[in-house]
Amino acid sequence: MKESKRAVNSILVDDDDDDDDVEKVSWSGEPIGSISWSVKETASSFRSSGEQSFPKIDTAPSLPKQGSGYSLSSLFKAKSKPFQSFSESFTDTSTRAYAPELRKPKSECKDYMSDWSPEETVRRMRKGRAYSLERFRSLQDKLLLLDEAVSLHDGNVITAVLIYLKRSLSKEILFRELMVREVALRHYVHYLKEMGEQKLLVELMKALGRTEDMALMQYKEHLNIKDEGRRRDFLKSCLSLPFSQDDAMHVQDHYTLLERQIIIEANDKRGEAEIFRKYPRKASILNMPLITTLYYSCFYHYGEPEGTFSSPANIRKTFRISEKQYILTALGARAKLKSWFDVDSLFNTKNWLGYTKKRSPIGFHRVVDILQKNNAPAQVLQEYVNLIDDPELRLSLAQKYKCHDIVIDTYKDLKDRQQLIVYQGKVERGSHEDRKIEELINNMQIRWKN
Amino acid sequence: MAAHLSYGRVNLNILREAARKELREFLDKCAGSKAIVWDEYLTGPFGLIAQYSLLKEHEVEKMFTLKAGRVPSADVKNIIFFVRPRLELMDIIAENVMSEDKLQPPREFHILFVPRRSLLCEQRLKEQGVLNSFTNIDEYILDLIPYDGDLLSMESESAFRECYLENDQTSLYHTAKGLMTLQALYGTIPQIFGKGECARHVANMMLRMKREFAGSQNQILPVFDTLLLLDRNVDLLTPLATQLTYEGLIDEIYGITNGYVKLPPEKFAQKKPGEGGKDLPTEPKKLQLNSAEELYAEIRDKNFNAVGAALSKKAKIISAAFEERHNAKTVGEIKQFVSQLPHMQAARNSLANHTSIAELIKDITTSEDFFENLTVEQEFMTGVDTDKVNTYIEDSIAQKDPLIKILRLVCMQSVCNNGLKQKVLDHYKREILQTYGYEHLLTLNNLEKVGLLKPQLTTRNNYPTIRKTLKLWMEDANEQNPNDISYVYSGYAPLSVRLTQLLARPGWRSIEEVLKMLPGPHFEERQQLPTGLHKKRQQGENRTTLVFFLGGVTYAEIAALRFLSQMEDGGTEYVIATTKLLNGTSWIKSLMDRPEAQIL
Repeated sequence: MKESKRAVNSILVDDDDDDDDVEKVSWSGEPIGSISWSVKETASSFRSSGEQSFPKIDTAPSLPKQGSGYSLSSLFKAKSKPFQSFSESFTDTSTRAYAPELRKPKSECKDYMSDWSPEETVRRMRKGRAYSLERFRSLQDKLLLLDEAVSLHDGNVITAVLIYLKRSLSKEILFRELMVREVALRHYVHYLKEMGEQKLLVELMKALGRTEDMALMQYKEHLNIKDEGRRRDFLKSCLSLPFSQDDAMHVQDHYTLLERQIIIEANDKRGEAEIFRKYPRKASILNMPLITTLYYSCFYHYGEPEGTFSSPANIRKTFRISEKQYILTALGARAKLKSWFDVDSLFNTKNWLGYTKKRSPIGFHRVVDILQKNNAPAQVLQEYVNLIDDPELRLSLAQKYKCHDIVIDTYKDLKDRQQLIVYQGKVERGSHEDRKIEELINNMQIRWKN
Repeated sequence: MAAHLSYGRVNLNILREAARKELREFLDKCAGSKAIVWDEYLTGPFGLIAQYSLLKEHEVEKMFTLKAGRVPSADVKNIIFFVRPRLELMDIIAENVMSEDKLQPPREFHILFVPRRSLLCEQRLKEQGVLNSFTNIDEYILDLIPYDGDLLSMESESAFRECYLENDQTSLYHTAKGLMTLQALYGTIPQIFGKGECARHVANMMLRMKREFAGSQNQILPVFDTLLLLDRNVDLLTPLATQLTYEGLIDEIYGITNGYVKLPPEKFAQKKPGEGGKDLPTEPKKLQLNSAEELYAEIRDKNFNAVGAALSKKAKIISAAFEERHNAKTVGEIKQFVSQLPHMQAARNSLANHTSIAELIKDITTSEDFFENLTVEQEFMTGVDTDKVNTYIEDSIAQKDPLIKILRLVCMQSVCNNGLKQKVLDHYKREILQTYGYEHLLTLNNLEKVGLLKPQLTTRNNYPTIRKTLKLWMEDANEQNPNDISYVYSGYAPLSVRLTQLLARPGWRSIEEVLKMLPGPHFEERQQLPTGLHKKRQQGENRTTLVFFLGGVTYAEIAALRFLSQMEDGGTEYVIATTKLLNGTSWIKSLMDRPEAQIL
């Protein structure tokens, strides 16, 4: 690759005119004349002509980009309704009459008057011609129409028929008939989802016995609630939903966490304690994940008694955080604050004789890694490098962070005289380390392996 | 402009021409000068069909992006909205129409729905009281868009989610429609094979549609011998793996949309002598990527480890060509040299671009994290420790690596273990929810519903059997001079492509047992051809197979199929079609319920 780069550069230098390319390309890289380029171009020339101003074309696109418009979900992407609309009765169809109606000029009317069969109607709908569904009055006719639409597989048509049925049938009957019509049912569910008809959807799910789906669907609504108090109350109302056992536990935790965050936020917003003046908060803690909350608590509320909601110990216990996760998070927070004493005590355990010993649920190499990222002083770093069990790993990290004593001691333990001699070349001549190595390699008591 | 579409085995330019013709016809329906108001999303796909020049020839004088408010005053007779059939766009259009300046001479409004008109949208316009303001409401059926000489895509981002999560089969209907259009242009495809529920469904619709047209027989000599329909959920593993071809890596790292990629500009600043202090450009560099570019066509499908050598080789050739000028002595020789200059300069620019891209990618592929991630993927794919909690995944969660990366790995472990032990699955779920937020419960549920993540219900893991029978892992994958498709993932042979390969030879009968382990039915259908249209195959003439990936395909799978097409004794050439060009990241993202949260 280097070679080709060099070659390219050498060619570039002895050639000064590279503008007569085969194809003209604007800086954005699009060939001049391509559509998206032209949209920009015609719009901007328009702007510069000094006429009435038009919102800049090249600002962030205002249109949602996801979804390509090929299918149901994109056909009906209505703005999702806020939570309040739950109360909106499903019978309230008069305001949203989606029954397809005639659009085409009268000349076409004659043409469709002649044939009322479901086949012909559905075919017309598919071709975008004029049609009427009002003619299908009896349940049997309506179902024939639906079945015909389904057999054509055109989602657009199926949905149009379903909207007519929704308006003209009681929901009990509609649900009953949909239960034996899998495809139509899927389209109906999808339609309700996109239109944000949450209440009806939940009823349908219940009728179908798909209670877990229903619960999740309802839970999803919390994403649309901005106000934290209302979001908390909504999550609380979700607790009684028929989730699977695991999901129920997670939703409970979600609620408890937000509840907790609201309390902490109310207190910390004032930022009276010294720590907040020293390290002002960059953002509120509301709606942050649990581990982020724990980190926050280890940063601002370390050492508070377990009875306090904001204390790390309380959070750890309430949410059953694993020891590993807890140590990692607390370590990160305390190291950030350069509280090396706290770091130290995280790993201290007393054995039954009362001696303290360092123990960690995560490998000490990872502890070293985190400490190093937080610019721990050499002394602190060295202590933890020394605790790494695996000699190979210890050696490589000790070399990386220049903990000479550990390197030397490890080679001594490995009885590797050769490596010790090699390492002597890396330390400063005449230094303490140099002398230490010198002593060791001349020590005839050690049974070197090489 | 689109010559590269006609170089392939099947001239896909015919499809493009048909689409252009339809566009012209619509434009001519709106007589007089016009302005187009674009649903911005459509400009990408349309760019593959037509240039501005075509629109200009048909009196399109201005183009705007669809925005709320008033359509800018432009002195034209017609305003045409090119939009996807989406309700929220209808609201914007209605606003546009209603705020039209009454003092100006009236303009005519038209709507072109892409790819289908929608009854609901028209209803919405009616509710807003503007439906009667439109002179023309039409649809522009753009199902299969030609992306390259051997590649068609519907670019339907949500197709997989709709088919497998929401059970919405509308995109399958469009697929069947698209295949009917294709058959109208290239002849009836006599043989249809398929694997998977959706494949079965599409085949059924095609056969039904054909019966409906029974009256008019297609008199075109068939270009395709076989159509193979494959469900994405037959092979959930492949898109999860990191693609290791050049094009695949460009897509993994920077994302290719509608044939374009946006790259960090630093490496592309051309240093010219005397301009040392010039500011670096800050806008991303946008490049078009397709086989019209000779060098790209050559290297796109190579394993990335073979790209460096290919670039150096090319560099030598180009250097030598430029050196030729010193040998040019006579006026004739100089003239000839000069005539070749534009081509040589294009080649040199192309080389410079790809060298820069390769450098960008190399910075990433040589990073420790990329290596570790790849190692874990390969362990999973070879079946190492798939039943335990993986420490690399755990560490990645602890470091808050992007959620999608975590999900890709966890799903891969689940797929390679035919589901995770309940304890392992619970552990991952808890860690993910605690670290990234409880709302991702929804995403985890989605992944379970499509089968990417699941608890192991039986103790029997059939993945090793599938792997061994289909030879999905090749120890000695040759990256430089490949002899097997496994080179595209440096060892892993994509399951989907293996199925395709085995269908051609020796046929699926040999792998009945494995086919039964994969989800959905497998089937074969035949479509009758009118007498006289039966192809008489020349001795040694290759068969042509259209492989349709329902739910998406990766660039690495495309590379593997191209590799099979080029095999000397392969006997089959492939044209590839899909609902969407995807990679693991865009795929998982499409299944998330709150994708923006992953940026945390």
